[in-house]
Amino acid sequence: MISYAFIWLLVIAFVIIMYIILDGFTLGLGLLFPWIRNSKDRDTMISTVLPVWDGNETWLVFAGAAIYAGFPDAFGVLMSALYLPFILLIVGLLFRGVSFEFIHKANKTVHVWEKCFFAGSLMAVIAQGLIVGSYVQGFVVDPQTHDIVVPSIINWFNIFCIFALIVGYTMLGSARLMKKTVGELQDKFFRVSSLLQWVLLVSVLFVGISSSIGIFDSPRLHLNNPQFILMFSIVVVLLMIAHAIAVKNKIENLPFMALVGIYVIAYIGFIISDLPYVVPYQMTYLDAKVDDGAFVLMLYGAAVLLPLLLFYTAYAYRVFGGKVDEKIHY
Amino acid sequence: MFNVEMLSRLQFAFTMSFHIIFPSFSIGIVTFLVVMEGLWLKTKNPLYYQIIRFWTKIFALTFGMGVVAGIVMEFQLGTNWAGFSKQVGSVLGPLFIFEVLSAFFIEAGFVGILIFGWNKVGEKLHYLATIMVAVGVSLSAYWILSANSWMQHPVGYQVVDGKFIATNWLSIIFSPYTLPRFIHMLFSSYLATSFVIISISAYYLLRNRYIDFSKKCLSSAIIVVMLIIPLQIFVGDIAGVNVHEHQPLKTAAIEGVWDTTKGAPLLLLALPSNAEQKNLFEIGIPYGASLINTHKLDGEIVGLKSVAPEDQPEAWIVFYSFRAMVGIGLLMLLYALSAVFMLLRKKLYDSKKMLYISQFMAPMGFIAIVTGWFTAEVGRQPWAVYNLIRTSDAISHVSTHDVMVSFGLMIVIYGIIFGYFYFYFLDKTIKKGPEDTEALQSFGFLGHDKEDIK
Repeated sequence: MISYAFIWLLVIAFVIIMYIILDGFTLGLGLLFPWIRNSKDRDTMISTVLPVWDGNETWLVFAGAAIYAGFPDAFGVLMSALYLPFILLIVGLLFRGVSFEFIHKANKTVHVWEKCFFAGSLMAVIAQGLIVGSYVQGFVVDPQTHDIVVPSIINWFNIFCIFALIVGYTMLGSARLMKKTVGELQDKFFRVSSLLQWVLLVSVLFVGISSSIGIFDSPRLHLNNPQFILMFSIVVVLLMIAHAIAVKNKIENLPFMALVGIYVIAYIGFIISDLPYVVPYQMTYLDAKVDDGAFVLMLYGAAVLLPLLLFYTAYAYRVFGGKVDEKIHY
Repeated sequence: MFNVEMLSRLQFAFTMSFHIIFPSFSIGIVTFLVVMEGLWLKTKNPLYYQIIRFWTKIFALTFGMGVVAGIVMEFQLGTNWAGFSKQVGSVLGPLFIFEVLSAFFIEAGFVGILIFGWNKVGEKLHYLATIMVAVGVSLSAYWILSANSWMQHPVGYQVVDGKFIATNWLSIIFSPYTLPRFIHMLFSSYLATSFVIISISAYYLLRNRYIDFSKKCLSSAIIVVMLIIPLQIFVGDIAGVNVHEHQPLKTAAIEGVWDTTKGAPLLLLALPSNAEQKNLFEIGIPYGASLINTHKLDGEIVGLKSVAPEDQPEAWIVFYSFRAMVGIGLLMLLYALSAVFMLLRKKLYDSKKMLYISQFMAPMGFIAIVTGWFTAEVGRQPWAVYNLIRTSDAISHVSTHDVMVSFGLMIVIYGIIFGYFYFYFLDKTIKKGPEDTEALQSFGFLGHDKEDIK
């Protein structure tokens, strides 16, 4: 079981969860944008993330490169099978990214870029929902071309995944912002989180119930490992209670940590139910892996460089740590 | 004509041509910032500080564009070039991993401090951040060029079950093919950026604005150009000799040579036609091409017809894009010689004519970069990996319809965002101009301890 390919799979899992957390709160910030009416408040929100956003997005670049380098067959199959969702993802991220820079420089067109910032974030989240949903439901072989494809892109399960990601990222964004802001603006985020946590609870229950009675016609959603599910469910429920208490008593650091805990656990469950597939039901990680020589080189590189980059990324976060209450300037 | 292969090639070329502008410009600006910030720390002359602050704004805008346009490039390897990824992922993947780990994260980790960190960290630490960003962007150029060089001249691999596996990483990473191309790319970034600096400074001088600032920027950039242009021609020559040795058909297309010839002429103008397998028309300097490529008058240039027509690159694109690049290089040399001459005779700043010309030099370097890449990439066709993997085998199994949709989207979005708004905001930043040193001082940015600053 413990092969180089497996360790690299763990590296990829780590990178993806880093992306989900770091770009997750950034995307969530974008989703919250239109609900904040005061333009000064929106400037403040952007300023909390402006110095670090491209580092957050770099985790996605890393995830892409890591899959490409470790499991190139899977990389090619996933991206060609989900061609349009991936194009939608990069287009969304493109709009989101340029809006970051343009909002800061614009006067007359600032409202245009604020809308693009929201629209780009939303587009990226929708694309991710389609990708995650299709991935969970699994791939099939087209009988004519023998290519690995997805049965459909628009279906109820994918729409549910989009909805769940919107809720999840918005809560993460809100939790991050309550740490970074003060006063009335901060209160808004406490209110947003206290409302959305119920939606999250319903979604989690829905996933649990639908997996046990099989609402969606997907084999993977009929999980067959009750001990795991029970254990995970208990921890998730405890973390949600912690989140609720923290939001109610305005403990500003805790909600973000609780959400990170919930998402990490959900993600671990997701990975366990996937193994050994990297392209569900069509390609295992052993089918798609590269030669061990490449893994050894990359693992040495990662062992040296990953701790280093975590260190200076954390340092950058520390430099820009603390509360933000006005527009950041160059 | 418009099948998945052609559309994917056009889409990649289109997105790449935009993308390359931003990292090249970023490399140039941040290297300029390293020099200027170093001078500021040493002399404490507020003029340098004014220069850093202004060019940091332009850097911030450009760097952000590069990040988002870069993600598009990476994902296209899977969406449009899955066949390529499957076959060479094992060789190129680790190079990309090292690019992310040792370059992208360094850039991303320190760029926040470079742009927004002035009143958050001390001067020395800020300078360290500037240097780290410069190191990061330069290293990323190295890694991506090592990957591209492997596609041009594959080394250190073996083929197992139709897949390429690296047998010698050192020879792949430190391929002798890479080094001259890397230096060529760095120099071209410095040159392209210098001409933007020249152009903006001339624009200000013609309008009598920010005189000291502009003179300092203009003279520094001209000196940089004068120093680098001769070196660039020298490095370009080494790269060209390498191409002739390992990719003879690319050289044949560059020189418009159809039949293998000793003492081939340097064609100044020609109409190469793949359909007719000859030049419909040509004017040349005898022995020129052989002299340049082999450094011998009667050196042999392998002709395009030495292989079947379906194994030849599209000759006219390679032929003309190469001439555009070299033509601009010679123009830069001419400009540098006259500008330095005028600078030494103290006539440069008063010469309306020279400043007027200088104003329009800004796009030159970037046109040379893009056409240089056309030469390299179209010259490699019909191969994705030279002589080993055909471009037609490198594509993804996707529908023509999907690629049309994505390419159409890219054209519209890139046109609006990068084609219009990037330049709109660049123009806005330039029109607004650098803040004057007194205003910067009143902000508390100059000569105060960081504790003084809220």
